[in-house]
Amino acid sequence: MKIVKIFKLKWEIIPIIIFLGIWEIIARLNLISGHFFFPPFSTVVTEFWYLTVSGALGRNFLSSLIRVLIGFSAGSIAGLFIGIIMGWNNIANKALNPIISLIYPIPALGWLPLLMLWFGIGEILPIAIIFICSFFPILYNTVTGIKNVDKNYIYAARTLGASDIEIITTVVIPLALPNIFTGLRLESGMAWRVIIAAEMVAIPTGIGALMMKAESLIRIDIIIVCLIVLGIMCLSFENFFAFLEKKLTYRWR
Amino acid sequence: MSSITLKNISKYICKDINLEIFDKELLVLLGPNGAGKSTLLNVIAGLIDYEGSVSFSNLPVDKVPANKRRVGYLFQELNLFPHLDVSTNIAYGLRIQKQSQDEIRTRVEELLQIMKIKHLSSRYPKELSGGEKQRVALARALANSPRILLLDEPMNSLDYRTSKYLRTEFKTLQKKLGVTTIYVTHNFYEAEEMADRIAVLDKGRVEQIGSSKEIFFHPTEAVSDFIGAPNILTCDYYHRLSFLKSTEIKDH
Repeated sequence: MKIVKIFKLKWEIIPIIIFLGIWEIIARLNLISGHFFFPPFSTVVTEFWYLTVSGALGRNFLSSLIRVLIGFSAGSIAGLFIGIIMGWNNIANKALNPIISLIYPIPALGWLPLLMLWFGIGEILPIAIIFICSFFPILYNTVTGIKNVDKNYIYAARTLGASDIEIITTVVIPLALPNIFTGLRLESGMAWRVIIAAEMVAIPTGIGALMMKAESLIRIDIIIVCLIVLGIMCLSFENFFAFLEKKLTYRWR
Repeated sequence: MSSITLKNISKYICKDINLEIFDKELLVLLGPNGAGKSTLLNVIAGLIDYEGSVSFSNLPVDKVPANKRRVGYLFQELNLFPHLDVSTNIAYGLRIQKQSQDEIRTRVEELLQIMKIKHLSSRYPKELSGGEKQRVALARALANSPRILLLDEPMNSLDYRTSKYLRTEFKTLQKKLGVTTIYVTHNFYEAEEMADRIAVLDKGRVEQIGSSKEIFFHPTEAVSDFIGAPNILTCDYYHRLSFLKSTEIKDH
């Protein structure tokens, strides 16, 4: 079993190794617009090491991570809470849905000029952007998840003596988890994409800001290091929620 | 336990239904699809609004919400919670009642024993067969010691053999527990086998109520339309030779 698993993992790594090899060869042979604009993978790894040792990467990464964690947690909790209310209560759904439908299509970065004027350039700004980016999709996934719960389970719980709150906490939310996790998984990755964009435009610290500094110094190797960190973080967050979803629902789905 | 009195119940297709189910009785509600049988069960359980009055042991329960009526309900689709294993499904109502862990464990063990499903306690509903699900759903409905048990076509999805076996078992259990029960079906044989009394429901009206003999041998016109008029032939039984037995139809 273990051998099969390792073998499977090796197969997944092989295309990545081939891709990095081709990258290294193309850069070393100067096949694309010179060494300067397309550094080899080995140079990127060396720069990654320098940035890590100097603490620049760690500092900026930590700034972005804290913003993502705070903004995403706040947006998710608010989205879940209001989503549960809207999914369960038709009056709340009818009252809030028109307003939310109107605001939802606005892209998170579209709020940036307004938020800059409201909050100024500071820590609140990126957190607010991530809050907006996470809130709406998680809210909609929660509403859909709750509305999709078969009414018959609710009837069953009711005849077994459960009150509305007990039905929500013991039946409806657990059964809506697959939908809720879809929202959390997708938006956790999206939060990283948005924070980078916000930091590039308006905030002086974070991975996005580091990329902008690298751009002004024409340090493509640093930009690529930042992009790799961003890719890894998006993937890690999405995989974390996919893992959590599997852990919580695999026995009964 | 409890008797059930329905007075002038109207909801959807059900029109002005009056019905009395005696204490510890097993009443079968027999009728074609769309006759209003499930609606009537939902009214008794308090799951839907209705006009008229429902009383348990002569006490009106119209203002009592479904979660306070102490009714055990075995739904047609069974509705076992897919995210809970068998033991937790059975314990659900007991946990809601905030019984102690020891009490819950004892009761669940007892029901697993009665329903002969001890070996399934840690399985999830998707890992059970139709008959096993049936037993778990019944155990869950009985866990809170309900004063009334409602069974909505519980054997519908089962094969003949399993259904027959479970019916016999359930009938014995119902008598042993002495719980007032309404059993909904559209199957005559099932009704005849299970019932203390049968109420035939058609187009939202109780067309006839009585013992299975009364229903099948003396159906009203509307009921005979549904069950079909029986061919009853009077006959004599006699010995012609010691090794040969025969009957002779007298008049037909």
